[in-house]
Amino acid sequence: MAPDRLDSPTERLLRELAPQVLGAVIRRFRDFAAAEDAVQEALMAATVQWPREAVPDNPRGWLIQVASRRMTDHVRSESARRRRESQVALEAGSTSRVAETADDTMVLLFMCCHPALTPASAIALTLRAVGGLTTAEIASAFLVPEATMAQRISRAKQTIKNSRIPFQLPSAGERAQRMRAVLHVLYLIFNEGYTSSAGPTLRRDDLSHEAIRLARIVRKLQPDDTETTGLLALMLLTDARRRARTGADGELIPLAAQNRELWDQEQIAEGVALLSSALPRGAVGPYQLQAAIAAVHDEAIRSECTDWPQILALYDLLKRMSDNPMVALNHAIAAAMVHGAKRGLELLDGLNSDARLADHHRLDAVRAHLLELAGDCDGAIRHYRAAAAKTANLPERDYLVLQAARLVSEPRPAHKGE
Amino acid sequence: MKYILMMNTMKAGQDVPAWPQKDLQAHIAFMKGFARDLGQSGELVSAEGLAFPDQARLVRAGKDGTPITDGVFPEGKEFLAGYWIVDVESPERAYAIAAKASAAPGPGGAPLNMPIEVRPVMSGPPPEML
Repeated sequence: MAPDRLDSPTERLLRELAPQVLGAVIRRFRDFAAAEDAVQEALMAATVQWPREAVPDNPRGWLIQVASRRMTDHVRSESARRRRESQVALEAGSTSRVAETADDTMVLLFMCCHPALTPASAIALTLRAVGGLTTAEIASAFLVPEATMAQRISRAKQTIKNSRIPFQLPSAGERAQRMRAVLHVLYLIFNEGYTSSAGPTLRRDDLSHEAIRLARIVRKLQPDDTETTGLLALMLLTDARRRARTGADGELIPLAAQNRELWDQEQIAEGVALLSSALPRGAVGPYQLQAAIAAVHDEAIRSECTDWPQILALYDLLKRMSDNPMVALNHAIAAAMVHGAKRGLELLDGLNSDARLADHHRLDAVRAHLLELAGDCDGAIRHYRAAAAKTANLPERDYLVLQAARLVSEPRPAHKGE
Repeated sequence: MKYILMMNTMKAGQDVPAWPQKDLQAHIAFMKGFARDLGQSGELVSAEGLAFPDQARLVRAGKDGTPITDGVFPEGKEFLAGYWIVDVESPERAYAIAAKASAAPGPGGAPLNMPIEVRPVMSGPPPEML
């Protein structure tokens, strides 16, 4: 039922309006946590009422009115307990109305993606307050009970309240850092949905689409931020391969073995166009570089046509910019594709001492792949199995175990022996 | 990241514990509070307590697929008494939760320091993007 709801025109309209309505209600009542609850209730009322009756002439105004009524009820019931404080809140609401800005959605995003929150809390709060998803939908996407997700969201709101983050745009000095936090949360949401999993309700891959939708909104609000454009391009260029990434039973299909006819050419074209518009416009950041790498992959008609020297050059740049060990691993793969497996394995040896990779399955998986390319089947089998033992992702474990089994059953070159 | 916390009890403790009433009550209250705290921290995925091991049956399929049941398995040294599945930010957090459960009060209110096996649930992040 949930996917239908997410796709219906009413649902789309409601989710587009959600952050605008929330912004208006917060400005009026100055209480983020309560306003967020009130807007959720208004959205749910609309979900029931609008399809049955009609969408009101001014849907935004309707939602603000319903949510404000809930807020007034909330303030009244609070006043039974805390008379004095609520009076202040009511007065503040009626007298000092801050000038309405078009930036409400951005302010909300900065708030929900605040560095004071853990990533899991920021993700949940962003999906609800900015994405307009219900707690039940978010819970089912993350495969946790609704009550657990409700607690997570309410604690996140409490954290925001306690740290007294004001409902306003961050100062110019803070802006860049806070913008990075917003993009990172969107990137994490996209990644959560990057693995496909079957389920009766909201599918995890809907999260990728939601991340893309939110990135489009941010780009509209911050058209000059080239990293936002880079992130949107990266998402589109990666998501374009979705249908080819997994087989009928959800098994992983690596890039080199994917049926490229299944790639979404329209999405690739959009991603490439976005990237081309961003690249000449200033400092090139990590999202743009990752998007550029994805674009080079996407533009290869066959796996053998991949422009690996170009990818290697991009990873060289990316490596200089970020200390991420995963970047170093991918750089080693690109180097192996350009200069041979031996070069890639040498680079991997240099990563052995990186504590962040010590227990990581990906180091073993890449080593196994390069050992196989180098013709060392026994070594490859050993490292495929070591990687399988370390990963916490079931489709990936199946893939790695099967790689090892494939090598065991393959006829060996005569000189290797059994 | 999701982890399962498996609470094992030693075979010697497989029966209903014969502790003084006060200690039993303290233990039960601790476990209830522990579950409540986990729920409120937004980390609890699920939790179940299991029946005492004398209710356990070992099942194998017979020739035609019919179940053949066996009584309690005397060779077992430890029994699963119950489990929690939690969704947390880090393995360290899962270990901290397990340590708290491990120290549930026993006879005389002294911590039991039960062994809690902590293992990742296969729900890890998807393979990294290139």
